[in-house]
Amino acid sequence: MSDRALFVVRAGALTTVQDRGRPGHAHLGVPRSGALDGPAAALANRLVGNRPEAAVLETTLNGCALRPRSTVTVAVTGAPCPVAVDGRPASWAAPVHVPAGALLTVGAAVSGVRSYVAVSGGVTVEPVLGSRSTDLLSGLGPPPLTDGAILPLGSPAPLPTRVDTAPQPAPPGELLVRVVLGPRNDWFTPEAVRDFTTRAFRVSSASNRIGLRTEGPALERRLKGELPSEGMVLGAVQVPPDGRPVVFLADHPTTGGYPVIGVVREPDLPAAAQAVPGTPVRFLAVRRR
Amino acid sequence: MRTLPVGDHALLVEVSSGEEAQALHAELVRRRAEGSLSVGEIVPAARTVLLDGLADPARLAAELAAAEVPPAPPRAREAVELRVRYGGPDLADVAAHWGVPPREVARIHAGTEFTVAFCGFAPGFGYLTGLPARYDVPRRATPRTAVPAGSVALAGPYTGVYPRSSPGGWQLIGTTDAVLWDHARVPAALLSPGTRVRFVEAP
Repeated sequence: MSDRALFVVRAGALTTVQDRGRPGHAHLGVPRSGALDGPAAALANRLVGNRPEAAVLETTLNGCALRPRSTVTVAVTGAPCPVAVDGRPASWAAPVHVPAGALLTVGAAVSGVRSYVAVSGGVTVEPVLGSRSTDLLSGLGPPPLTDGAILPLGSPAPLPTRVDTAPQPAPPGELLVRVVLGPRNDWFTPEAVRDFTTRAFRVSSASNRIGLRTEGPALERRLKGELPSEGMVLGAVQVPPDGRPVVFLADHPTTGGYPVIGVVREPDLPAAAQAVPGTPVRFLAVRRR
Repeated sequence: MRTLPVGDHALLVEVSSGEEAQALHAELVRRRAEGSLSVGEIVPAARTVLLDGLADPARLAAELAAAEVPPAPPRAREAVELRVRYGGPDLADVAAHWGVPPREVARIHAGTEFTVAFCGFAPGFGYLTGLPARYDVPRRATPRTAVPAGSVALAGPYTGVYPRSSPGGWQLIGTTDAVLWDHARVPAALLSPGTRVRFVEAP
């Protein structure tokens, strides 16, 4: 094993390898996958001088702890959290120097759900269909991190001379997502469509990388029949028989048989991925561009 | 052909049958290959084809609204042959649904030429059509928590082969050793939309 590697001391609740995913294979039943908060992952890569397609780690709520075998630069973005190197506090959302063998601790998220850890050189597990992302729906890509795992790292690029310090959006206290109605809004009663776009929902604790599940008013169908399976897009709001809308995130199935009442605009999905369970959600109907 | 806009960058094209969806899918793939259609994903399904990653969905929608469903493409490619040991746990139930002796299920199934209508559920899982409508079967009332990889199964008008062990509610009529999905292989999927398939009874 080369020196360019990362030893996983504490994997955390759910930490996965993510890059920009593997779009283009939906016709084979392959989800796109990739970092749920893409802008945060991209910022982490920029801060350590990685190319935008480099793979990073995506944590869930309670962070992780890592020990690099060689000296690296790391950056932690996304959900704000305490960062420490050998117990000494380090900066969040900034390049951090981690000497070979030192312990990098990514603490529990103070707000939000998913923190991103970029390491100079990127995580270089074997790609599958052009991506290193873990896809939790279909099992493609590397398995979620486990304690004691070792992840290979690539060769670092020179650090950027001008570091991007663009402020990140704070994880939402209330989630307002814009939604374009259709293609199957006509499968619902007018009252259900009105409820969907006017009433408050809450993020359910059953949410995951496949979908943001919600609790709130049940949306009643006008058409009771079975919809033949059809292709699903990122951000599709599918309504299963219980009437509670589910917003499809990166690991969503490529086809589905429940009607899609609307589609969330892609720029609004990173905030959705950072909304903790219980967060109020409102769907704001907007016109198609 | 009816086009339904999906979000800002996608279009769902709805047709009236699975055959039309397959023909439309083949035509759209052909147009992408010749460079006259720029699109991220072309996802066929039971009665629809989804086009995702379009720069101008409204323009394509207007163009498709005026178009006829294309004729079925010529069947040029060789069929993929899958060797099957018939005899799954639901073979007798399927025979009862079909109104034939159990032995006949293998003969009818292996005597049919199938086409992959679309994929979904899992990487490499194809929804194969070809059996006449009188052989449609319901899903099992209670899905199994684990269906072994290689299981050949029926549900509705479709035949499918489980690429890996997973939960499933389809009726199991046999098993194959064929590797449906191997991401280290090119192509990773043995079956993709439009592939012709024949099941051959293993002795």
